[in-house]
Amino acid sequence: MLPLVLDKVAYAIRDHAIIDDVSFEITAGPRTVILGPNGAGKSVLMRLCHGLLQPTAGAIRWMGSRNGRGRQAMVFQRPVMLRRSARGNITYGLALAGVSPRERRLRAQDVLEAVGLAHVADKPARVLSGGEQQRLALARAWALGPEVLFLDEPTANLDPGATREVESLIGQIHAGGTKIIMTTHNLGQARRLGDEILFMHGGRLAERAPVATFFAQPASHEAAAFIKGEMPWQ
Amino acid sequence: MNDITAAWATALQLIAAFDPQLTDIVALSMEVSVTAVVLAALIGLPLGAALAVVRFPGRKIVVVALNALMGLPPVVVGLLVYLLLSRAGPLGELGLLFTPGAMVVAQTVLCAPIMAALSRQVLEDAWREYEEQLRSLGAGAARAALTLLWDVRFSLVTIVLAGFGRAAAEVGAVMIVGGNIDGVTRVMTTTIALETSKGDLPLALGLGMILLGIVLGVNALAQLVRDAASRRYG
Amino acid sequence: MAITGRIGAVLAMLAVSLGIATVQAAERYITVASTTSTEQSGLFKHLLPAFESKTGIQVRVVAVGTGQALDMARRGDADVVFVHDQQAEEKFLGEGYGVKRFDVMYNDFVLVGPKSDPAKIAGGKDIVAALKNIAAGKSPFASRGDKSGTHAAELRLWKMAGIDPAAGKGSWYRETGSGMGPTLNTASAMNAYALTDRGTWLSFKNRGELGIVVEGDQRLFNQYGVMLVNPAKHPHVKKELGQQFVDWLISPEGQKTIADYKINGEQLFFANAKRS
Repeated sequence: MLPLVLDKVAYAIRDHAIIDDVSFEITAGPRTVILGPNGAGKSVLMRLCHGLLQPTAGAIRWMGSRNGRGRQAMVFQRPVMLRRSARGNITYGLALAGVSPRERRLRAQDVLEAVGLAHVADKPARVLSGGEQQRLALARAWALGPEVLFLDEPTANLDPGATREVESLIGQIHAGGTKIIMTTHNLGQARRLGDEILFMHGGRLAERAPVATFFAQPASHEAAAFIKGEMPWQ
Repeated sequence: MNDITAAWATALQLIAAFDPQLTDIVALSMEVSVTAVVLAALIGLPLGAALAVVRFPGRKIVVVALNALMGLPPVVVGLLVYLLLSRAGPLGELGLLFTPGAMVVAQTVLCAPIMAALSRQVLEDAWREYEEQLRSLGAGAARAALTLLWDVRFSLVTIVLAGFGRAAAEVGAVMIVGGNIDGVTRVMTTTIALETSKGDLPLALGLGMILLGIVLGVNALAQLVRDAASRRYG
Repeated sequence: MAITGRIGAVLAMLAVSLGIATVQAAERYITVASTTSTEQSGLFKHLLPAFESKTGIQVRVVAVGTGQALDMARRGDADVVFVHDQQAEEKFLGEGYGVKRFDVMYNDFVLVGPKSDPAKIAGGKDIVAALKNIAAGKSPFASRGDKSGTHAAELRLWKMAGIDPAAGKGSWYRETGSGMGPTLNTASAMNAYALTDRGTWLSFKNRGELGIVVEGDQRLFNQYGVMLVNPAKHPHVKKELGQQFVDWLISPEGQKTIADYKINGEQLFFANAKRS
């Protein structure tokens, strides 16, 4: 399903452009981090790529056609858990994907163990801690075996310990062959987790570079200011 | 004050004596109202869910109309259902008039708008929370509606209770379509109306207190269920 | 999953309810349109068990006002009609909705009023004179105003007295638009005069200051008639079962059962079916 191509994509609400004239191509392999200050349009861009929003102009194409969506999953900043057990949340997603009941249970068990939540598998998901819920959200996405995993500020609400756990899991998922596309406004996290940076500013793609280059020699002065910590939001 | 003390005494006497006529009347009241509430829920809850999840032109008008229908006067519903089920009416062949079946029909018509309008509100709020995650996992509108209904099931208990209260308390509709036939379609509310019109106020009040007791009991039970559930499921 | 089990249970309940309705439909029963005053007198509780144990036919009485009872029968929602307004019944017959009318019984109306008796008519035997006094003194009067047999009788008496009570509407003449019981409730609360059938009065428990002020006048007699609804107009009418009920009411056995009905030792209805 990759490459993902955005061709002059725009998204406007009532004449106010949130995303304006963005074009890029994302290929399999490197972990892509979309970086930028708050209000730059990162979350909206993610939702456009994942298909939760439709662009008001331009086109989004997977593997050359608009309909080659393939298997994707998304983890949001705030995990949304159904009122059922942790295991049940995972099997729900698998059932939607058409997996057989027996296979569902096996996969759920595997993924619960991988994220370290096997001991709370039958507890109601909503009584778990914030960090545990976010790991469960990751597990739910991982169980689907997606080719592309979108993550929208996945650790913004977590403490450092939980953040470390989540970052480690993202690394494991990537190691398994899943393409990672993630947003963050946290510079340290971008450095740790990114292979390439797409820097967004004012709804436009301001810069794109491999992570080392981006932080050593930012090409745009918006990027430079952001890295220096002078522009947390716009 | 005298009448009210006399009413208490009558009520206690009736209950202690397990008067068979009284138990028949109470049993019929419960049968009719519970069946009507179940049918109304089967119609109203999916309708509310559909309205919450699906955006279509004219949706706002349907929502307003549904909210207005919550205030349908029971006696008007009774009259309309009577005209429908009368031998001179379109559904006369069914021979439902003056049977408990007609009473169930009338009360279902009364309660369904309540279920639909109130559940729509609850589900719309829930949809705001769940929409992105459910769509990301691949749930279509119908599947999402069912998932929402199940997830907010404890809030739905309150809604079903509201419907039951409306059904158990009304007299206008069941009087007209049931005919208040002794031993066949006489329920608590119509008996109270009859005894009042015969001037036997203590008996009427006594029956009223029994009815109140039942409704109170049902509500208390439901509160216990909700509390237990929220402790367990979060 | 759990959901299908739930849906199954509900469908079972539905089936049971519809089953109940169907079983009831299969029972032998007739629907009789009668009046609230007849029901509230308690006559049916005394009369119907005798018929039911003899024939096994359940009699389902829907008690409404006379006008409404006849309309119900016109629509075909009843098999037999048993009311007390001969003029309206003859009209019903004339329209072709009834098969034949039979006299069954009569009771009488009484005029009740407050102990204070503002119109000074207590103990009288002349209903027309009493009504004239009430109108002249503008004493409060509660009328049913609901097209019932009682209401029709009341209006006939006013006519005999040469008075149009509509002139007093809103001041001394109060139309409650409801059954005998509620009207008596209102009269009791307002200390007003009211015309009521003796049966309802004897069973009425909320008398307040009211008592009988005028009775015994021939013009206060209230004749009941029974008719089978015409199957030619409504083919679904249970004509055999309905006819059995009509026949029983005018039979010596039925007539005796009617005459046997007493409240506090007092006979309420006087059987007067003509032997044919």
